[in-house]
Amino acid sequence: MSDPSSLKTTPLTAWHSAHGAKMVPYAGFEMPVQYEGTLAEHACVREKVGLFDITHMGEIFVGGPGAEAWIDSLVTNRVSGAAIGKITYTAMCRQDGGVLDDMLVYRLDETEWMIVCNAANHEKISSWLQQHLPNGDVDLEDRSDQVALIAVQGPDSRDLLCRLEALAGRTAAVEALNFYTSFTHAGPHGQWIVSRTGYTGEHGYELYLPNADAVAVWEELLARGEDLGAAPIGLAARDTLRFEVCYCLYGHELEEDITPLEAGIGWAVKLKKNEFTGRDALVAQKSEGVPRRIICLEITGRGIARQGGRVLCDGRDVGVVTSGTFSPTLKKPLAMALVDASVSDGEMAVDVRGKPLECRIVSFPFLSARTKGDPRAERTLS
Amino acid sequence: MVPDDRKYTQEHEWVLIEDGVATIGVTDFAAGELGDVVFVELPEVGSEFSQGDTVGTIESVKAVADLYLPVSGEIAAINEAVVDSPELVNSDPLEDGWLLKVKMNDVTEADQLMDAAAYGQLLEG
Repeated sequence: MSDPSSLKTTPLTAWHSAHGAKMVPYAGFEMPVQYEGTLAEHACVREKVGLFDITHMGEIFVGGPGAEAWIDSLVTNRVSGAAIGKITYTAMCRQDGGVLDDMLVYRLDETEWMIVCNAANHEKISSWLQQHLPNGDVDLEDRSDQVALIAVQGPDSRDLLCRLEALAGRTAAVEALNFYTSFTHAGPHGQWIVSRTGYTGEHGYELYLPNADAVAVWEELLARGEDLGAAPIGLAARDTLRFEVCYCLYGHELEEDITPLEAGIGWAVKLKKNEFTGRDALVAQKSEGVPRRIICLEITGRGIARQGGRVLCDGRDVGVVTSGTFSPTLKKPLAMALVDASVSDGEMAVDVRGKPLECRIVSFPFLSARTKGDPRAERTLS
Repeated sequence: MVPDDRKYTQEHEWVLIEDGVATIGVTDFAAGELGDVVFVELPEVGSEFSQGDTVGTIESVKAVADLYLPVSGEIAAINEAVVDSPELVNSDPLEDGWLLKVKMNDVTEADQLMDAAAYGQLLEG
């Protein structure tokens, strides 16, 4: 994996390298982890607008008359009955309720759907879908290698997106786009999907483009966004941005041995819908009581808790830190942790290299998202 | 930037020795590799350490680096400004971003450190 020649690239990889990005291997891709600095990039997205190359995500297209019912049988949320353009956040689980991946499911048309999965789980989800493919009325096509994905995120993202030449004439559609909805558009080199989604907690969009459109759109957004302070943002800031608003990240809050109920995304689990993989296990877990839950911690001692740190309550090991870093917006170390559901009070600490680091439980999330409504609304801090 | 008024270590720290007191910080290269430094933990003034001991940590948003003591001795001072404003490690690693001062037990330990030319070669790999 450390051999750069074995890593996959995106249409923007050369651009990132040429513009001073620090490149790292990530889920089999060579990706930009930062440009001018994580703190500055983080602030740019919170206050202005930033661009992310997230082409590493997997895009799997599902079509045919059986697609709707079939997808519904594999995911925890309900996708059937979705309006065209609607996007559904969901988990896909194993029989025992463990999360294989979290993903977005787009209804592009009556019988055309797109599943967007994490790069790190792409192969696993591809083969899971293949294994569960019914005979006949469902077609599966993985177009990840043909689709580039650019996220435009921040309070000025709508303003910036409306300046794109290719979307001239569609600005009313962009302005009308509600959170978790999308529209398709005929771009210069093929179909675009313009999506009001993101992973930052800010007002934002994600543009699914043919590879051939990626560099031109990226450069046009930067050029037309110069007065707004638009800048490219690396994966390190993508992580701190999602962390502050407590969005789950696979490999952290989500794993095959964690259920969506434990991870706090029970709102994306519809136990009352028809049979889906993992339903029985999740019904049982819900009736017996969820054994573990995600909590938010503010570190009050001196230091930073990181993923893997054991969480102590009155000296007793009660769980593990799933994500932890210094919050650029709140300017203090914070952590999310998966702990015994019984933990609610007591002297909390995280073991950091053998030393207990004091912390306290705070409310969820650390920072309120501004994905809906006024992009510059006053924030609530935990 | 590798000034030749000081010595360097394999761990990308610099050591400026004056009258038996070594001032220690991290190099430009180390600061750049770490990224935005957000937390610095330094030892207590007056404590004694041997060469190579871990005496503190420097943390950025993404990474944690141990701070190794390049020379033996007693901690004579720590830079409180860096504790309060860890970003000094990035903005001025070689001057205002110094980390600690050590009263050296054995000034000949300095001979084991790299000079600017050798450190420059290390950076060029």
